[in-house]
Amino acid sequence: MELQVIWFVLWSVLWAVYFALDGFVLGSGMLQNFVARSDIERRVVINTLGPVWDGNEVWLITAGGVTFAAFPTTYALMFSYLYTPLLLLLFSLIVRGVAFEFRGKVDDPRWKAIWDRALLVSSFLPALLFGVTFGNIFKGLPMDAAGYHGSLMSVLNPYGLVTGLLFVLLFVVHGGLYLSVKTTGAVKDRSVSAASAVWIPLLVVAVVFLAYTYPATHLFDNFLAHPGLLAVPLLAVLSLLGIKVFLVKGKLLPAFTASSLTILLVVATGVIGLFPNLIPSSLDPHYSLTAFNSSSSPYTLKVMTGVAIIFLPIIIAYKIWVYRVFRAPVTNQDVLDNKQAY
Amino acid sequence: MDVVILSRLQFALTCAFHFIFVPLTLGLSVLVATMEVKYARTGNELYLRMTKFWGKLFLINFALGVVTGITMEFQFGMNWAEYSRYVGDIFGAPLAIEATSSFFLESVFIGVWVFGWNKISRKAHAVSICLVAFATNLSGLWILLANGWMQHPVGYVLRNGRAEMVDFLAVTFNPNGWLKFAHQISSAYVVAAFFVLGISAWHLLRKNETTFFKASFKMAALFGLVAVILCGLTGDISAVEVGKTQPAKLAAMEALWDTQKNVGISLLQLPDTDNERNYIELIKLPSLLSLLATHSLDGEIKGLKDFPKDERPPVMPVFLSFRLMIGLGMLFSLLAFLAVLLSRFDLLEQYPLFLKLLVFTIPLPYLANQFGWIVAEMGRQPWIVYGIMKTADGVSKSITVGQVIGSLVGFVLLYGLLGAIDIYLLMKFARKGPDSDVSSLINPMKRRV
Repeated sequence: MELQVIWFVLWSVLWAVYFALDGFVLGSGMLQNFVARSDIERRVVINTLGPVWDGNEVWLITAGGVTFAAFPTTYALMFSYLYTPLLLLLFSLIVRGVAFEFRGKVDDPRWKAIWDRALLVSSFLPALLFGVTFGNIFKGLPMDAAGYHGSLMSVLNPYGLVTGLLFVLLFVVHGGLYLSVKTTGAVKDRSVSAASAVWIPLLVVAVVFLAYTYPATHLFDNFLAHPGLLAVPLLAVLSLLGIKVFLVKGKLLPAFTASSLTILLVVATGVIGLFPNLIPSSLDPHYSLTAFNSSSSPYTLKVMTGVAIIFLPIIIAYKIWVYRVFRAPVTNQDVLDNKQAY
Repeated sequence: MDVVILSRLQFALTCAFHFIFVPLTLGLSVLVATMEVKYARTGNELYLRMTKFWGKLFLINFALGVVTGITMEFQFGMNWAEYSRYVGDIFGAPLAIEATSSFFLESVFIGVWVFGWNKISRKAHAVSICLVAFATNLSGLWILLANGWMQHPVGYVLRNGRAEMVDFLAVTFNPNGWLKFAHQISSAYVVAAFFVLGISAWHLLRKNETTFFKASFKMAALFGLVAVILCGLTGDISAVEVGKTQPAKLAAMEALWDTQKNVGISLLQLPDTDNERNYIELIKLPSLLSLLATHSLDGEIKGLKDFPKDERPPVMPVFLSFRLMIGLGMLFSLLAFLAVLLSRFDLLEQYPLFLKLLVFTIPLPYLANQFGWIVAEMGRQPWIVYGIMKTADGVSKSITVGQVIGSLVGFVLLYGLLGAIDIYLLMKFARKGPDSDVSSLINPMKRRV
């Protein structure tokens, strides 16, 4: 396989894993204000995220770093063209990170309420902005020889907003299921209810998204050319339905697995539809940024392949170890026992 | 104001802000790891309490270091798209390697460390913070190799309208990057050492927890002395390297206008950029600059006039920052030496003035770090990659003045607020001192299913 194709796949995998992992952190952050009522319950929620949120965010940093190293032209144009949405995303991620750390540091209900609200907003905005950004990437950006012809307002087009809404709802359900597995008692019950309740609008938006994708993008071209690939979006729909099936049966871990799979498969559907484009041009396909015309030199890709072969297995190994160490649900007592807890 | 100036200002501000937190993270991670390893080996509760107290301050600082780091990665693309496109082939690799080799390790094991007190063994817990310290320092290496390449590009060819990597080993073993790393790591350790010394001194002046803070002081004093010596040595070697690879920077650091042999250093000197001379040059130490920069008494050093005007760095800020950095470094050597001496012979309480001085010294190593970066980065101007690409050519073409003003204002407000909160929290918990309730600190090896 050509190196550029390998790196297109790796690039896609990084984004997919990032969304599956940070998706439940963002979703839990959005739900914290609703499934937790008392201070100790709120602390339980953020302490389920404590050991993993930073490690999950690094998948984004790596996705960014890999875009820079493997597809520098795409990195340069994507980040400068989408300046304002990415700036808002950046500010949100900054606020979210400090909200975790700062919230418990001053024992004052007003202080904590500020950071709870900050967590809500800084979890909602990234979910929405990632969705809007990827919706626009699926659609293509208005770019040609003269550069970029879009603006913040043009990014907030209906298709971008539908994708944004899809991401928000998907992450809320995903976060609700994560909290169902990782908490006990009342918080757990409310999380199960929240995931069940939000699943219905999610289904509606997912159907709208799929239907709207046909007129709004060229994503279906690859699937129509190779109908076997349709298995991927089909599986995405099946796992989305699976979430509900498992929820009804009260099988929470399988339901969380299904929502993880849904996210991975939705991203897979998107990137299969994009290939070989990383960012299509909505004006003239000649100016689309592809895995072939925006990549680094073969030498750099070879070096980077070596780096990936060395480090990815190590990362996956200790990530699995960490999730095993912290597999038990977080209880009120756990939070009170650990003075360093959030 | 154009996009270039605004983008430079934004990069400088966000980078300098990020760099308030990074040096302490680099140094304090090593100190906290040392404390916990001592606890794991001896079981001495004092070290556990030290780990917890300094660890808490470490975490408050760490959080802002992490989140402000994301800005740096975003900004290369957002504001410096032409640069990113031109050098991504070679500059992106160290950043991607930094993420895969260090950021994952650091972020995962910081989580294990904070939340794993009851879940893993004492030894495994100590190993976690060691991995955090290792990963943090390793990430410093990769980012400085990337910066080292901007200072002294190696292992590339200009092809297909960009710089393409042809020799990864040359990039990885770029002496400029390694020197920067050694100099930066040691100066970061100086920051951490004086942070611990200053806070310990504050408590010793108030007779709080004297055993605890004497032990902390002693550890930091030795750490600081070693670090400041290494910092001086690596600084000396760096000056030679700069002389060889970036002669215009060296000339600006010393405000040397005419190419000369046997160049001395004036202790009192002030450059006059407009007239290409110095206002004053007093108390001259003969041949010293030649000796320092070339390691030979009659070494020739190129003056600024030998460079076209549009290829000279801004002389005044580079010159002043360099002088201030050196001056502060000398002060730190003296203070670290005294700190080791007085703590070794248990004389600290007899010199309250010295302790007071140390409290006020806390911010100075931070400043020295910033001065160092002003020398390194402003001294590289007008180049973004030395000799290959000018800074003005690296800026994004698609962004507008309004956008950058908007983001700049956003950064100033957000960072100002977060910085103030962080410093408030650091001071609050530093003043509070260690937890006295020892029973809550000891964690029986409770394994849960």
